[in-house]
Order: sequence, then structure tokens, then C-alpha cells
Amino acid sequence: MSTDTDASSTLALGEINKYDFRTNTPSVFKARRGLDRDIVSQISEMKQEPTWMRDFRLKSLDIFNSKPMPKWGGDIGIDFQDIFYYLKPAEKQGKTWEEVPEEIKKTFDRLGIPEAERKFLSGVKAQFESEVVYGSLAEDLAKKGVIFTDTDTAVREHPDLLKEYFGSIIPPTDNKFAALNSAVWSGGSFIYVPKGVSIEFPLQAYFRINAESMGQFERTLIIVDEGAHVHYVEGCTAPMYSTESLHSAVVEIVVKKHGRCRYTTIQNWANNIYNLVTKRALAYEGAMMEWIDGNLGSHLTMKYPAVYMMEPGARGEILSIAFATAGQHQDAGAKLVHAAPNTSGRIVSKSISKNGGRSSYRGLVRVEPGAKKSRSSVVCDALILDDISRSDTYPYIEIEEQDVSIGHEASVSKIGEEQLFYLMSRGLTEAEASTMIVGGFIEPLVKELPMEYAVEMNRLIELQMEGSVG
Amino acid sequence: MSERLEIKNLHVAVEDQEILKGVDLAIGRGEVHALMGPNGSGKSTLGYAIMGHPSYEVTNGSVELIDADGTRHDILAMEPDLRARAGVFLAFQRPMAIPGVRLADFLRHSVTNIRNPDRKEGQELMPMRDFRGELKSKMQDLSIDTEFARRYVNDGFSGGEMKRAEILQLAMLRPQFAILDETDSGLDADAVRLASESIARIGGAEMGILIITHHEQLLEHNIPLQTHVMLGGRIVESGGPELAAELHKQGYDRIRKAYPEAAAAEEAMEAERRLETTTS
Ligand SMILES: Nc1ncnc2c1ncn2[C@@H]1O[C@H](COP(=O)(O)OP(=O)(O)OP(=O)(O)O)[C@@H](O)[C@H]1O
Ligand SMILES: [Mg+2]
Repeated sequence: MSTDTDASSTLALGEINKYDFRTNTPSVFKARRGLDRDIVSQISEMKQEPTWMRDFRLKSLDIFNSKPMPKWGGDIGIDFQDIFYYLKPAEKQGKTWEEVPEEIKKTFDRLGIPEAERKFLSGVKAQFESEVVYGSLAEDLAKKGVIFTDTDTAVREHPDLLKEYFGSIIPPTDNKFAALNSAVWSGGSFIYVPKGVSIEFPLQAYFRINAESMGQFERTLIIVDEGAHVHYVEGCTAPMYSTESLHSAVVEIVVKKHGRCRYTTIQNWANNIYNLVTKRALAYEGAMMEWIDGNLGSHLTMKYPAVYMMEPGARGEILSIAFATAGQHQDAGAKLVHAAPNTSGRIVSKSISKNGGRSSYRGLVRVEPGAKKSRSSVVCDALILDDISRSDTYPYIEIEEQDVSIGHEASVSKIGEEQLFYLMSRGLTEAEASTMIVGGFIEPLVKELPMEYAVEMNRLIELQMEGSVG
Repeated sequence: MSERLEIKNLHVAVEDQEILKGVDLAIGRGEVHALMGPNGSGKSTLGYAIMGHPSYEVTNGSVELIDADGTRHDILAMEPDLRARAGVFLAFQRPMAIPGVRLADFLRHSVTNIRNPDRKEGQELMPMRDFRGELKSKMQDLSIDTEFARRYVNDGFSGGEMKRAEILQLAMLRPQFAILDETDSGLDADAVRLASESIARIGGAEMGILIITHHEQLLEHNIPLQTHVMLGGRIVESGGPELAAELHKQGYDRIRKAYPEAAAAEEAMEAERRLETTTS
């Protein structure tokens, strides 16, 4: 927050949760509950996919079935047969909002997407359940050869790029949920930024789950060619149901020589969502990859965005904020792999736990043999707001090279009685004071966001802070 | 508008150790009182207890605001924020750093709540334009660079900067009763003079002020109606401005001799503290 922005927006307490609403949207097609070869084939058929993709899906299903649950992270109490894996909400994708079915359009209106699009975005994809229902891209960018489509369309229209990269950065064998996504994936964004093209305003995707017991498995692939630049933003929300839903995305990114990619996530899942996501980027010579990850909500989030620095001079940064409140476990972290000399990485993780919430930082910094003069720094700070909440840190460091510099700092603090008293002695209520202290705690990360997202992030934190004092 | 802040027989304990042992003090609107006393005698404790610091437990006595019509408001029953909204202000001896929170954002919130004591959480803040204009002019009065408003509250402030920021808050919040706890310490000679003038200007005839100090300079433009001396958790003597001058020049020997009981309490408190530091 700078003094130039309106601070009233950061402390708008007492507002209703604008994300928790359901719309009554008839689906065009809904696969039956459960997961087997028939369902996977059916999804592929619905999408009229080429054989290679169908085979990829079926092979992935086998891998999923053969893999054990991850041993780290939280308790994953999902019954995989109790979930709907594919739900098609609309006949076709709209190129204008008028072409989007009324109820779905209203949903995105309420979430402020068309407005944001008009104001400050270069392009938008809006996914509702399993499919992208709206897509746009600024005309000048399309002319320069920028591709921004949903991944299903990309399979049909850009088979060469897809065959080269899809599943190459995160193969289905990577982990059980990567395998699951590979089998039943639907939607997600495909972005290609040609050589030297710099996209000034962000491209944004918005993922909305609306139905109960739903699984959302978007698949995103971003290719930033040499010297190109893109900022991609994703937002995710869902209304609250009593049964679990599953969100399990795979995001693969390649940033070529001297390219730059920034991937910002601001998610605010309902408390019944299992959010198990695999995100990985490869950064080549002199390239820069940044993950900015805001994790709010969900029952359990397990997410560790990774940057593999493949060639000299590559840089990777992972900045994350996790907020865990009652009934939530945020197992979030980061992974940096130095696979070449002179690469540099930075991890900054901030977590907040309150009302019995649990947040864990789980991170890995790995320096491969020969990655001389690599530098990495890890800073993770945890703020615990009360005695019933919990925070853990699991930092792993693997260094197979002498000539490197790796720093790690961790701190855990409780919200200070002295700080609260100071602010309250100036007329702030206890809730306002805690919200302000928490806002200050994450400020160093929030200020890295474009203004609109900083405001959104602060608003979400306030929503989480409501009723924090009891 | 309250006419008096009245403290009666105030006993305060920290972690079950009694620090204040019956303090009586009344400050009227427009009056300046000075509070002096050796280190550890309980001056800051009095400020904290009046403001409602949760570590300072009031075990006996009362603190009340009294309106012109005689209505009494029990300050001790209020949370610190309500005390602030009722018009009480404490300039901290050691202000707390709030990393990541900009002074301007914090102050705007604070000013809004205090000027509008019935404001509910989430209601609109003072309009940005008005706030900024006012903040800027107050900062200029105090020779504070306006860039300072963008810094995080007390985070990495120098000793002097912290005290200036406290005076700035005093100027913006315009309380009815202010306790200034060593607001002069850490300021250079010019800054103390400016602070003294500023406080006099801010206070005027409207504000009751208790100045806690070891020096005289702040009192130059804020001539105390009374100077009080605290020793061993009690106010043992009260006098005019000449008392401040005497204590500043000659120290507390005369006082200790004149009030052996309070001096003994001071000794005992010190002994207990030494014991604590050696055992913990
Ligand atoms: N939070 C606390 N925890 C433990 N002891 C405390 C605390 N606050 C005050 N005390 C003790 O109470 C006594 C009075 O302290 P206080 O800070 O009120 O003194 P003071 O008169 O303001 O001194 P100074 O002139 O040095 O500022 C001291 O013995 C001090 O150690
Ligand atoms: Mg003191």
C-alpha cells in the first residue's frame, strides 16, 4: 500500500464474502461421477482430440493408479470415485461476453473480470468448471503472433508446439496429481510469446468452480521465446459446499534465452477444496522466471512452484503468501534448482496462521554439480495470530557444488501484544490493529504486485481477518 | 468535552509485582503538569496503566474523565482504543515499530476513529485529500520531511525521528488529555526547543498535559502548574516550576532523605529486579 492508493480499500472490514455465491447453471454435458478408462476416453472424445493426446491420457491414468499418495504435506481425504471429473458448462467459447450464457456471465461480472479486462488487461480467459467459456486477446498482440488460447484449442491448432512441450516439463510420472491431471485435464491457458515481443499489460485467467463435488483440472502451458516478456495472472475461487471438491492443475512454463515471465496467482478457495497443484518453469540463459503466489482458502493446499535454472545467468524468484485459518492447511513452498553456473534464485515466503489454521513452508534449494557461482537466498517468515494455530518450516537444501552462496533465514513471530497496544492506543480496534499488522507483514510481497492486484490481495487478507478477534 | 482527568489511589502491578503503590493526580483542561522521578520509579507505568496496556494490571484505585456537568467516565473499564476515542493520548517513551505499515495509512485510520468515536469497523475513512493536506501542514510545522509519511511506523526511525513522529500524532489527534513520556529524550537541542514550542501550540487552553521528563527544556514553553516527584511508585512531593529546576540540577538525594519509606520501596523494587535477572 502506498499513500497514493486509497487506504479505505485495504481496511474495508465487515464486508460480505463476495466469492461465496452459487449460480444455477445447467450444464451442457456432465460426465458421470468417478474415474476410469471410460471416463477418460469420454473426455477425450468430447474434445475430439487426436490419438496422441488420448493415449497420453490413458497412459497417465495407469500411472495415477499405480502411484501412492504423496508422503509429505497434509492428509488427503479424497474419495476419487466420488468426484465429477468433467463438466461442460457451455456449448462453445464466447469471443464477446454477450456470447457467454447469461448466468455464467453474471458470475464473472460479480467477480469483476469484464471490468478488469476493460481497465488493465491485455487478454482474458475465463474458465467455468471444466471449460474456458470466454477468451479475448488484444488485437495488436495477436498481430504480433502472440497466442493466448485455452489449451484444448491449442491441441487442435498448434499441435507442433504442444507435442514438443506438453508434459515435457512435468511428466505424468512426476507425482500422483500430475498423473491425475494428465489423465483428465481440461481447459487452462496456452500462451506463446514470440521472440522479442513484450506484453505490457497482464494476461489473466480466472478459474471458477461452481458445482458441488467437482474436479477442476486445468492445464497451462506458457512458452516465452527469446527476449520476450509476459505477466500472466490467475485467480481462482469457488463457493462453499459441504462436500469436497478437487482442484488439481498442472502448469508448465519455458522461458527461453533472456526472456522474462512473471506468473501471479491469487486464489481464494472455499474451505472444502483440495488444491493440489504442480507448477514448474524452466529458465534458460539469462532468463528470468518469477512466481508470485497468494494462497488463501482451501481445505488443503499443496503447492511448490519450481524454477529450474537450466543455463548460465538464469534467475528464479518465488514469492509466496499463505494464509491459513480454521479448517485450513496451507502446505506451500518453493523449489529452486540451480542446474547451471552463475544462476541466482530467491525465495521469500510469508505465512499467517490464525483460528487453528496451519501453514507450512516446504522448500527445496538444489545446486547441481558444476553450477558454480550460483547464489540463492531463502527467507521465510511466519506470523501466528493465536495460541491454537500452527506454523512449520521444512527447508531442504541439497548442494553438490563448492563454489556457491546459499542463505537461509527463517523467523516465526506471534502478533505482538506491544504492537497491538500501540495501534489501539491510537484508536484502532483490536481487529483493525491486527489487520493492519498482518497487512504490514505481507507488505513487502504485496508491493511487488501491480496496483490492482495489490488491492485485491489486501482485500482478501481482510476477509480472512474478519472475526479474527474473539 | 471532559474537564478533568482524575487518578485516585492507583495501584498497578506487573507480573504480580506492585509497581504503583497509590498514585493520586488530577489534571484539568488547559493545565500542564510535570512528572519527574528517578529511573524505575514508575512514571512510564503510570502512563501505560492510564492508556490500558494489558501487562499493567490495575489492582486498586480509579482513573476517570469528568465532564463539565459532573458526568464521570470510568477509563479503566475501556479497551485502549476506547480510551483513545474518549480523548486520552500517550506519547510513548519507546514507540513500537510496525513494519510494513506506512505512517500515513496508520494515521489516517487513527485520525478517522478518534475524530469520529462512533465509527464502526469498515466505515469510510477521512477523505484522502483532506487528510493529506492536513498531514502535510502539520509535518511542515514540525519540520518533518513529508516523505516521512511514507515510511513504516517507527521502523528503523532514529530516536529523534520517533519522538517527532509521536508529536506529529499528538498534533493530528488533538486529544483532551495527553501524557508525554520522555518525548524530549533522543531529540537534539534544536529539536527539543521546537518540540517545546510545538507542544505549547498544540496544547493551548484546550488540552491537559502530563509531561514526564528528566529535563527542563520541554517545560520552557509549557510552564507546569505543578511538578510532581515520583519515588518508589508514589508521588511524594508536588511543587511549582522551581521544583523541576531543583531536581534537574541537584538530583533526588534530598527527596530520598525526605521520604525514607518511598526510598525503601525503591530499594526493594530494585533488589527484586536484580534477583529476577540473576535467576532467569
Ligand atoms: N513490562 C514490565 N515488565 C517487568 N517490569 C516492569 C515492566 N514495566 C515496568 N517494570 C518495572 O517497574 C518499575 C517502574 O518502571 P517504569 O518504566 O515505570 O519506570 P520509569 O519511572 O518510567 O523509569 P525511567 O525514568 O527509566 O523511564 C521498574 O522497576 C521496571 O523494571
Ligand atoms: Mg519511563
